[in-house]
Amino acid sequence: MRLAVIGAGAVGSSVVELAGEYGHDVTAFADSRSAAVDADGLDVDAVLDRKRTDGIVGDADPEDALSGPYDVLVEATPTTLGDAEPGMTHVEAALTRDRHVVLANKGPVAERYGDVRELEADSEGRVLFEATVGGAMPVLSTIADVGADHITAVRGVLNGTVNFVLSRMAAEGLDYEHVLAEAQDLGVAETDPSFDVEGTDTALKGVILANVLSEDREYTLDDAEVDGIVDIPGSVLELAREDGRTVRLIVEVREGEVRVGPRLVPENAALAPTGTYNTVQFETEHAGQLNVSGLGAGGPETASAILADVGRLDRS
Amino acid sequence: MSDSQNDIRAYTLRLELVDEPGELLRSLRPIADNGGNLLSIFHERGNVTPRGHIPVEVDIEATPDRFEKIVDALHEAGINVVQAGTERYSEALTIVLSGHVIETDLSDTLERIQASANATVTDVSLSAPEGTADTSSARLQIAAESGATGTVLAGVREVADEKDLRLIEPLTTEGDR
Repeated sequence: MRLAVIGAGAVGSSVVELAGEYGHDVTAFADSRSAAVDADGLDVDAVLDRKRTDGIVGDADPEDALSGPYDVLVEATPTTLGDAEPGMTHVEAALTRDRHVVLANKGPVAERYGDVRELEADSEGRVLFEATVGGAMPVLSTIADVGADHITAVRGVLNGTVNFVLSRMAAEGLDYEHVLAEAQDLGVAETDPSFDVEGTDTALKGVILANVLSEDREYTLDDAEVDGIVDIPGSVLELAREDGRTVRLIVEVREGEVRVGPRLVPENAALAPTGTYNTVQFETEHAGQLNVSGLGAGGPETASAILADVGRLDRS
Repeated sequence: MSDSQNDIRAYTLRLELVDEPGELLRSLRPIADNGGNLLSIFHERGNVTPRGHIPVEVDIEATPDRFEKIVDALHEAGINVVQAGTERYSEALTIVLSGHVIETDLSDTLERIQASANATVTDVSLSAPEGTADTSSARLQIAAESGATGTVLAGVREVADEKDLRLIEPLTTEGDR
């Protein structure tokens, strides 16, 4: 397949780097200011080099990438809240041209799912978004395989930064502020960590799960009940540990509700992954519990989920 | 393996009896009738639950399938089974509250949690590293009747909201909440 990759952060760059290994060509690559387009396939090393040294990917306009030659548009720009722009415009541009879209950007499917599905219905192109929930983990494809009708509940630990902070607090008996500062030093947490620690990122993933599980209702962030881990005192984790438990920020999607909050779980439970690991647990109608664990973030990890979607489109 | 007919195990049943004559005997009959071997009975006569019930702890020996029949028979007889050996029959909930737990009257909090649903607070553990006037945390273990987890949590949420305490709920897989 010919890929146009929009967004040149860790994820977009990893897709460009790994596409060849998965048997695909990158024919367009754009960041917010520049683009490189070549119908015969880009010189991947050269464009990535240019991004590293000059901060731009090429001399073309980003619009040229959108209207350029490709079969699949890979949307890997940052997630924005509210109108999900500019991600949504990119989705529309590709679908209007009957091209497929693979999303890493959570915005369109968490904030404007109905619009995405409507545009898809009018297009020859399809929209896949495995990478938006749980990075490398096969979460949405598991739902597709088991069948949304046969899943009664989904619970997950879906934010590595939050999980790192809670793991460290429990292991070292430290307070929230202290561990957060450490996580920022290590580069695990952003300078502005509010998107993660207030539960917004986890809630967006829960909303995407709810949208995929629901046939007849569209969910957005407003439909989620969200509590984060900000200012949880170390004494909470200490008391939990004395009882063989720990605290995890868990998103639960069940009976039409999306709920995010810190919850007590047994220390050895599947839903108590440590460090930056993620876990999703499905409650199924006929097969009990199914657990999927793995790396929920990271450039190459997330790129592998994107390229798995591209592979699915290639086979269909 | 544990389902073997001959695999006799010890079980603890925690019952709550109405304070009326003959209730203890009435609660032991389903055990004897279904082949349970009584080991000990701990009748906490002076210790009344917030709902005015008398807690009774009964240790028995039985095979797993007989034990299951005993619990069913107790339920059928209208005996309140708070805890029955395995978690399958009772819901043992652990929650943590944090905030001004002590200043907002912990005893009152506990009483109200017990009164809000068919629940008994079985254990309390406090941590107040900054002193009682500052933020502290309390871990509570609550024994709820089977199927009542949702009601108990709803009651706890209400009390926590009112007292501006942060509630860390357990992850339960029960259907109602």
